Amino acid sequence: MVPLSYYLMLSGILFACGILGFLLKRNIITIFMSIELMLNGVNLSFVAFAAHWHALSGQVFVFFVMVVAAAEAAVGLAIIIAVYRTRETLNVDQVNLLKL
Amino acid sequence: MPENYIVRYLPLLFHMLIAAVLAGGMVVLSYFVGYRRPTRAKMSPYECGMTPVGDARGRFSVKFYLVAMLFILFDVEAVFLYPWAVILRQLKMFGFYEMMVYIGIVLVGLFYVWKKGVLDWNQTSTRRGTI
Amino acid sequence: MTQTIPQVADYIRILPELVLAFFGLVVMVLDPLLDDEGSRKTLGGIALLGALCGLGASLWMAQSPGLAFWNMVRVDSFSVFFHVLITAIVAVVILTSYEYMAVQRIRAGEYYGLILFGAVGMTLMSSAVELVLIFIALEISSISSYVLAGFRRREASSSESSLKYFLLGSFATAFFLYGVALMFGATGSTNITAISQALQAKGVPRLAYVAVALMFVGLGFKVASAPFHVWTPDVYEGAPAPIVALMSTGSKAAAFAVLLRVMFEINTPGRFWLIWVSAALSMTLGNLSALVQDNVKRLLAYSSIAHAGYLLVAFAAQPGPGISAAMFYTASYAAMNVGAFAVVSHFAGAEERYVTLADYAGLGRRSPLLAATLTIFLLSLIGIPITGGFFAKFYVFSAALKSGLVWLTLIGLLNSAIGAYYYLRIIVMMYMREPKGEITVRRIPASLGVALALSVLATLYLGVLPGRVLDFALRSATQLMQPHRAAITPAPTPPVGTM
Repeated sequence: MVPLSYYLMLSGILFACGILGFLLKRNIITIFMSIELMLNGVNLSFVAFAAHWHALSGQVFVFFVMVVAAAEAAVGLAIIIAVYRTRETLNVDQVNLLKL
Repeated sequence: MPENYIVRYLPLLFHMLIAAVLAGGMVVLSYFVGYRRPTRAKMSPYECGMTPVGDARGRFSVKFYLVAMLFILFDVEAVFLYPWAVILRQLKMFGFYEMMVYIGIVLVGLFYVWKKGVLDWNQTSTRRGTI
Repeated sequence: MTQTIPQVADYIRILPELVLAFFGLVVMVLDPLLDDEGSRKTLGGIALLGALCGLGASLWMAQSPGLAFWNMVRVDSFSVFFHVLITAIVAVVILTSYEYMAVQRIRAGEYYGLILFGAVGMTLMSSAVELVLIFIALEISSISSYVLAGFRRREASSSESSLKYFLLGSFATAFFLYGVALMFGATGSTNITAISQALQAKGVPRLAYVAVALMFVGLGFKVASAPFHVWTPDVYEGAPAPIVALMSTGSKAAAFAVLLRVMFEINTPGRFWLIWVSAALSMTLGNLSALVQDNVKRLLAYSSIAHAGYLLVAFAAQPGPGISAAMFYTASYAAMNVGAFAVVSHFAGAEERYVTLADYAGLGRRSPLLAATLTIFLLSLIGIPITGGFFAKFYVFSAALKSGLVWLTLIGLLNSAIGAYYYLRIIVMMYMREPKGEITVRRIPASLGVALALSVLATLYLGVLPGRVLDFALRSATQLMQPHRAAITPAPTPPVGTM
């Protein structure tokens, strides 16, 4: 039996990878994938905790998170296409009409 | 059953070894034993199917993205049917009606997409405004 | 399982959401069947009807308080308050959009549908007492507002604003979700009542602190409090003005409702300094940055950050006066901010051309009515007596003083003084400068007139007779602090080893 802490560490590492990708990458699609990675890290800890507490609910949450992530992906890709149409680039540094 | 954690996986190792030897043996044997008469058709990347044209990194039409996106959405929405199907007997007719409402909402989405002309491949823009 | 089939009362307790979703679907079905002009007229009307029916349903829902759907949703005075507030905001925003859509020549179908779906998420956020349900509601409202922010499709700035909102927004919700997962791990439940019981009974594990901090990051983003505020000015500048009105009041109210539930009902460990620092930072950064803005939408964006800071001051105070002050503040901020953005969206004209401070020069002469209403909203944002903003600030700071938060109150008062400067700057611009350039201010159409009148009335009502709303808020606060512990049915405990 693999101890709970291993799963949690892996999920923490996945989440951290997602954060790093979000902060360091310049391509919008890659940034977007980093966010998905973060969500999947969370999913892993949901499942691990579900096994720990013997509560099936944790696994059902993952379904919901997946569906929400899919909806987010669809909307996100649509927005990215809209940006590409007006800007012809997918580099965040060049999407700078509004000052940050 | 031996107590050692690794030892339990020995059969798996044997299985992989046998598979590797068998598969490798077939390839090597056919290399030494078989005849070789190359023809033009045989040398093409896919012996049956389309002849590849152009670069593999060519661009796709943006329509593919829309269809892929719709596929993802409708595909993932179906995930809720599985847990529902497992306990349908417990839920009795109520569960059935509830799921019909859910499917009805998904169908409204399909109707919307259809009427907007997204599923029509021959149009460059949809009937009501560009995509 | 106690029961597998929900009762009728369960449905009544989510009736506003059902009504709003139904009207959203109607709009969605009708949209492809109508042409541009027809969709603008008809669908706007249907959406307005939907919002009003949602408002009615919220009042009906108030008659049957209690838990619904296996302790996932709770109807109490608190959720009724936010339901009424949010549906009213949505109705006013739809009224504002009516003219805006025509002027910007935006195809209206999806627009109204998305507003209604967003409202479903916002209202659900205020009554959900289950963290995963809160997450889903949060995403429903966020995803609709990501799209709505990019609705001025011809404008590059709008799609950019939508992109920034989307990327940073989903980044923040991932944090919120991680917090939920860790809370689930720490207590074995995602039900707010069950969590608070578990934390009381077994002591607070260290994991719970991390969970609360992560959830605060996610919600702090939604309410635009520092240091999670960087997206606000950009998104508000690029998004359509009526949508900014919705985001800065409706989404914000919903997120504050969740924050109140999470922070006070769980009686969250270690929340005090988190909130203290965030409140002080939001007030200071928001006000200081607003001083140098010359785009009115950006200015109001920084002002909304500052107001999130004032609101958080109430969170740091003791629960009783704190919660009620926060609720009152949300309501009065909603009234004045929706009004202010309604004026901005009308004045901006096609392609939102006139949004700089210089354009407002001489508005008092060009359109006295418009200038007068904007002045009322700005005075309320400053916190001048007889407007809602005054009592909002008064209650928040007196709650903070009662709880001994002298320093935070001082910072808040100083900031209010700074804030007065940039709001007054707009008023001075409107009345004391000569009008420059050729800006024709269109006549105020009936729909916008109603929206403005409602906002002005609400602002003045809260400023003159705050008693009833405050009483209601106080009652909700006491209910929130004593959740109906007895009403919760014990969660089924499956035998160990079923997994």
